[in-house]
Amino acid sequence: MERRLLLKSLAALSAGAATGNLWAAPASKTRLLFVFMRGGYDATSLLIPIASQYYYQVRPNIAIAKPSDDAKSALPINADWGLHPALRDTIYPMFTAGEAAFVPFAGTEDLSRSHFETQDSIELGQSLQGTRDYRSGFLNRLATTLNANQASAISFTDQLPLIMQGSAQLPNMALRSLGKPQVDARQARLIATMYDGTSLAAPVREGFVVREDVMKEMIGEMDAANRNAITAKGFELEARRIARLMKEKYNVGFVDVGGWDTHVGQGNATGYLAGRFEELGRGLAGFAEEMGAEWRDTVVVVVSEFGRTFRENGNRGTDHGHGSVYWVLGGGVRGNAVRGEQIALEQKTLFQNRDYPVLNEYRALFGGLLARMYGLNAGQVEHIFGTRGSDIGLV
Amino acid sequence: MQSLSSTLRALLRGAGAAALLGGCAATGGGDTAGVPGPAQLVGAVNRVSWGVSQSTWQQVEKVGYPAWLEGQLRPTPAPLPAAAQAQIDSLTIARKTMPQLVADLDAQRKAAEQLTVDDEKKAAQQAYQQELTRLAREAATRSLLRDLYSPNQLQEQMTWFWMNHFNVHQGKSNLRVLVGDYEDTAIRPHALGKFRDLLGATLRHPAMIRYLDNEQNAANRLNENYARELMELHTLGVEGGYSQRDVQELARILTGVGVNLGSAEPKVKKELQAQYVHTGLFEFNPNRHDYGAKQFLGQPITGRGLAEVDEALDRLSRHPATARYVSRKLAVYFVADEPPPALVARMADVFRSTDGDIAAVLRTLFTSTDFARSLGAKFKDPVHYVVSSVRLTYDDKVILNTGPMLGWLARMAQPLYGRQTPDGYALTQTGWASPGQMTTRFEIAKAIGSGNAGLFKADGPQPQQRAAFPQLASAFYYQSLQQTLGPKTRQTLEQATSPQEWNTLLLSSPELMYR
Repeated sequence: MERRLLLKSLAALSAGAATGNLWAAPASKTRLLFVFMRGGYDATSLLIPIASQYYYQVRPNIAIAKPSDDAKSALPINADWGLHPALRDTIYPMFTAGEAAFVPFAGTEDLSRSHFETQDSIELGQSLQGTRDYRSGFLNRLATTLNANQASAISFTDQLPLIMQGSAQLPNMALRSLGKPQVDARQARLIATMYDGTSLAAPVREGFVVREDVMKEMIGEMDAANRNAITAKGFELEARRIARLMKEKYNVGFVDVGGWDTHVGQGNATGYLAGRFEELGRGLAGFAEEMGAEWRDTVVVVVSEFGRTFRENGNRGTDHGHGSVYWVLGGGVRGNAVRGEQIALEQKTLFQNRDYPVLNEYRALFGGLLARMYGLNAGQVEHIFGTRGSDIGLV
Repeated sequence: MQSLSSTLRALLRGAGAAALLGGCAATGGGDTAGVPGPAQLVGAVNRVSWGVSQSTWQQVEKVGYPAWLEGQLRPTPAPLPAAAQAQIDSLTIARKTMPQLVADLDAQRKAAEQLTVDDEKKAAQQAYQQELTRLAREAATRSLLRDLYSPNQLQEQMTWFWMNHFNVHQGKSNLRVLVGDYEDTAIRPHALGKFRDLLGATLRHPAMIRYLDNEQNAANRLNENYARELMELHTLGVEGGYSQRDVQELARILTGVGVNLGSAEPKVKKELQAQYVHTGLFEFNPNRHDYGAKQFLGQPITGRGLAEVDEALDRLSRHPATARYVSRKLAVYFVADEPPPALVARMADVFRSTDGDIAAVLRTLFTSTDFARSLGAKFKDPVHYVVSSVRLTYDDKVILNTGPMLGWLARMAQPLYGRQTPDGYALTQTGWASPGQMTTRFEIAKAIGSGNAGLFKADGPQPQQRAAFPQLASAFYYQSLQQTLGPKTRQTLEQATSPQEWNTLLLSSPELMYR
């Protein structure tokens, strides 16, 4: 009980103290990368509730030990939380350098516990009450709210995700594997002409423009490879490419990472989930490094559709839950902190006796964060999220 | 060659065509007021099939559209072209049953584990993984060959539809050895049959049970994964009115439904021995079943074993929400991203009155004016784009290698058996028509149009290669297709500097992005 009060007042204090360190970058220089962990990652294994006896009691096989000298124990964060040891060399140094913060008990009001419903909910970023526009994602609304000369948004995915769909035609291009295009410039012009006046005119033209941008960037990578420079693999390679494009041209980006639906055998300090964390951490650290000086003006937000059950299931895994833990990274982030409303985790504080409650509703949370980053006024936040923003002092 | 107008009259005999006429008259979209152009029947064939080609069009001309459509709805076994059938016959998955394949692969895996020299072990494990991947690729090859060449085009299209509806992902566990059989024995035979049979077949297939973790689901150690998706995605839909409690109760009902790949069977208590089931690789293990009473969708279910599962599936497949949900999804696939609610309601009525007869529901759809009105306006997803392009380009000249097609589908993020999550791929335009997707399509158009995509270069020790220049500027093009192209496309085609470029531009045209 006392801890609960203390935590609440600490959260309030940090929000109030934010005035000391205002986000300084002008909106046109500010960069935002939104990373979606699809599948509902087990947030309890990321930010480990080391103060909860109940956690160790109900996760006999998959819990991670309190911080100690053992390399398999949690990395120390504060009296309540530890970090997964797979992030020792990537996110943890970022955290201690004050460039990473976590927001537990974050999520939606959507109680379907369905991957697809909840992902859609988050990407739409609209109130569940009343009618929703199912073709309008909140990053699209952000892009249209910012002036055209301030926003250049792109999704680094094979398909344009819901979060980027809407009134503005935003481009997409996956950067996992790249090949030299065969359609030449003249043919591109001829093809674009056929689409003039059709509903596909914008995506076709935009696609050819992005193709040019990406190829220009990648020439540098190919040169480096030819000099036998060590090249990254997997998500890290993708993340570094994203950074190079965001440095040069695009300032609002989206990428998703799958494989988090750990119903069976998720492991603990090592094992399947640890491997996923390790790969994601390496990618995000690579992204930060590649951004160089621009990292100062960059914010990376990492989310997932929901958390998972607090108790492990019969298969050393976890099932669909509710509240999650969001990550906020960046050179100008007020890091080295766990932010937002929090409670101690015990059996009686679990939501529906099953998972985390949502104490930090995502629309208010993002509204507060984006308002600070882009200097949005209350009306603009309301337009994007249909609600007022809540500033919990992330930047 | 018959004249177009007499062809048209022949085609229009029958009820289906009457609806087509009605639809066309309503939109005024014919050559002259109230009379549809042949393009509209080409459009109908284009939609019902994996894409119109000269030979499919000739079949339609021969029997008339209504009879052709009826044949599509109630298909009888029809041979593939010999060159396609020979390719399928040579596949491992066609020569061995799934239990055999699983046993062979399992032996290979165990042998690899036994090795003690690290490098040998690593190589053996790699070989095992490669064999799994090869088998899944065989399944995808068979599927594409049928899509391209089967006279029963609708059955093949519905096979893709249901594979997507009851999606499984080949990347999980050993599913790569299971997906071919799943498609061939659980989905395809029921693709135009009764929904209840289809649902039951998926539940009894190890691919589904394994994919959604039900082999882990046991009394007092519940795993809700399958139970939830069974209602949310397979039957009722997320707004179908079930609760979290129903998910848990269905999970209890499903306890004990699992997979047994071997010959060893569990020791079952004497009084429950009669309940044990082990058919093929499917297993119902009474030891793992929760025999307590359940309350499911507002009705009690008496705890009594596998029969509970059948009762639950009966309840789910006859639920009005399922009729609506499945009918709407079919209408999204075959009519429009936002199908007319009245059409969906009529389809749902037929679904209920025929106890889920898929062909009957589709007949209602295909003979509706909404269908006729929608022709040419449904955006092709990547698989439709790729298959229809190859059908149009090469018609019945059977390709020797599906590899390029599989690669294109992967590039466009719609590979067969490659959707990781159980919701399946989107059936609507959003997402598939994005800038990155369009740019990739044009690359594929160029690969096909140039004739050097590798479709006629067989794999193997003595790679066979046949010259196969694309036959896009065909009689069929000049008789039918050309009339569907807008002035911009025609003008652009005139600027092509080579036949290859002409092909590329045609396959890149806006008209060929829709079905």
